[in-house]
Amino acid sequence: MTVFGVPLAAILGQLMLGLVNGSFYALLSLGLAVIFGLLGIVNFAHGAFYMLGAFAAYIGLQFFGVNYWCALILAPLAVGLLGIVIERLFLRRLYRLDPLYGLLLTFGIALIAEGIMRGLFGASGKSYPVPTLLQGGLNLGFMMLPIYRAWAVLASLTVCAVTWVLIERTRLGATLRAATENAQLVQAFGINVPLLITSTYGAGVGLAALAGVLAAPVVQVSPLMGSSLVIVVFAVVVIGGIGSITGAIVSGLVLGLIEGLTKVIYPEASNIVVFVIMAVVLMWRPTGLFGKE
Amino acid sequence: MRAHTVVYVALAIMALVAPILGLYPVFLMKVLCFAMFACAFNLLLGYTKMLSFGHAAYFGSSAYVTGWLVAVNGWGTIEGILAGVAVAMLLGLVIGAIAVRRQGIYFAMITLALAQLVFFVCLQAKFTGGENGLQGIPRGSLFGMIDLGRDKTMYYFVLAVFVAVYILISRIVHSPFGQVLKAIRANEPRAISIGYEIDRYKLAAFVLSASLAGLAGSLKALVLGFATLSDVSQGTSGEVILMTLLGGSGTFLGPVVGANIVVTLQEYLSDLVGAWVSVIIGAIFVVCVMVFRRGFVGEIQRMFTGRNRS
Repeated sequence: MTVFGVPLAAILGQLMLGLVNGSFYALLSLGLAVIFGLLGIVNFAHGAFYMLGAFAAYIGLQFFGVNYWCALILAPLAVGLLGIVIERLFLRRLYRLDPLYGLLLTFGIALIAEGIMRGLFGASGKSYPVPTLLQGGLNLGFMMLPIYRAWAVLASLTVCAVTWVLIERTRLGATLRAATENAQLVQAFGINVPLLITSTYGAGVGLAALAGVLAAPVVQVSPLMGSSLVIVVFAVVVIGGIGSITGAIVSGLVLGLIEGLTKVIYPEASNIVVFVIMAVVLMWRPTGLFGKE
Repeated sequence: MRAHTVVYVALAIMALVAPILGLYPVFLMKVLCFAMFACAFNLLLGYTKMLSFGHAAYFGSSAYVTGWLVAVNGWGTIEGILAGVAVAMLLGLVIGAIAVRRQGIYFAMITLALAQLVFFVCLQAKFTGGENGLQGIPRGSLFGMIDLGRDKTMYYFVLAVFVAVYILISRIVHSPFGQVLKAIRANEPRAISIGYEIDRYKLAAFVLSASLAGLAGSLKALVLGFATLSDVSQGTSGEVILMTLLGGSGTFLGPVVGANIVVTLQEYLSDLVGAWVSVIIGAIFVVCVMVFRRGFVGEIQRMFTGRNRS
């Protein structure tokens, strides 16, 4: 069976890949949106934390025999902790300044993290084995579904959904949203806002690291794996409307799918399609699809 | 004012005699090209407070266009440079028109994303030579008379262009147009309420900055004889930000000082420490943002003018 002269199985395969990428975009842009909402900082180091998450899993397996499932918990915790240290040491001192300084600082941190990993492990990619439980594929009749990819999508979407519920439907989330609106007032109600900010940054960074661990078996683990990804995620966030959590998740997924489709129809454009869409959206709705001024 | 004159005269003498004193002219030209690039960038960041995170797009695409026209199509040096600048200008017009609709952090993200688009186009286009880039770009001659192949001749040509650009930028900043830009930097809503169509002013500044960045890129391609993907990459966009920040954004000499430091560091450190260079660059970034936001020239100016103006 073919569509536009392309075998259906190939289209579905690319769509599946697109969905995997899209779920990573969603996870990353979700973290960016949450951090931006509360801290007012665009975290340029988000790609670097994603890379560190993947490397934490790789290092854990190679040197300490930590398996995938433990890495899934431990890597985000370790990288999140690093994020907390960075927030306490550096970001904290920039809140009263122009938000551009936060962008520049995190850009510097990303350079440092990537440079260190390149110095230690070289620039070439390392492969991370798919855990035994998730190896192989399911034959759906019309296509082969690699189990790991299905798991990566499912896991990312579950985490996105849980985070959404946490922020939109719980008391903690309500406090968080209130602090986004007016931090001083929330502080006056006796809530420890600095602690809230620190843990939010840690959590956002942890989400990036989690995406890194999930991605490790499907992409090559390399020091530069996050540096071009973070720009795509920026574009996703701009399209979704900055600070909008729903926008981040939805546009992440949809853009991943569109990217996958482009790979089938016109492969040369697959790298740029997200940026082109961003330009079009900006001309039509400068605040993004889900954004409000 | 007199201190300024002394500084400029000293710098001019240094620039004129540097190659005679045995400093490697190609290195000096590289510094001049990046200084020009940083000055062009500073026109945006320093005087309009627009942080473009994708200035490598103009620098690099102009380098490619000039290189391709001169090396493959046999164009003359001047025509090649002008064509490169024209492409950078057009690109600046298109990207600027989209980006100036948003401010601050959004503007930075949009320019970054659109520059990445330019990067991927350069990666896939045929004429750029893909991963290999363009090699063996000849310098040609000026008006068919002056051969630019000799390093010292080329150096004085680049120096002359640099001085012209530097004077042009200071004229722009001190012109009524530059005053409006500063007004926008100081208080955007007020500038709007006075009746300025600020988007037009911002776009004009953006196009000017992109064109001059393109000029720097064209010259760089001719000086070094190659144009590669790294010229259009995110890393180069970051470097020009660092140069401006380190030297002092919003000061005239700051970007020049910053370009000197960063290019020198890269030249010597890349042999010494290899991949760790980016760690050092990143660390300088962090230090600049945390404790050194005025940059070298900004700090020196503050020492001289006293602390009352802060």
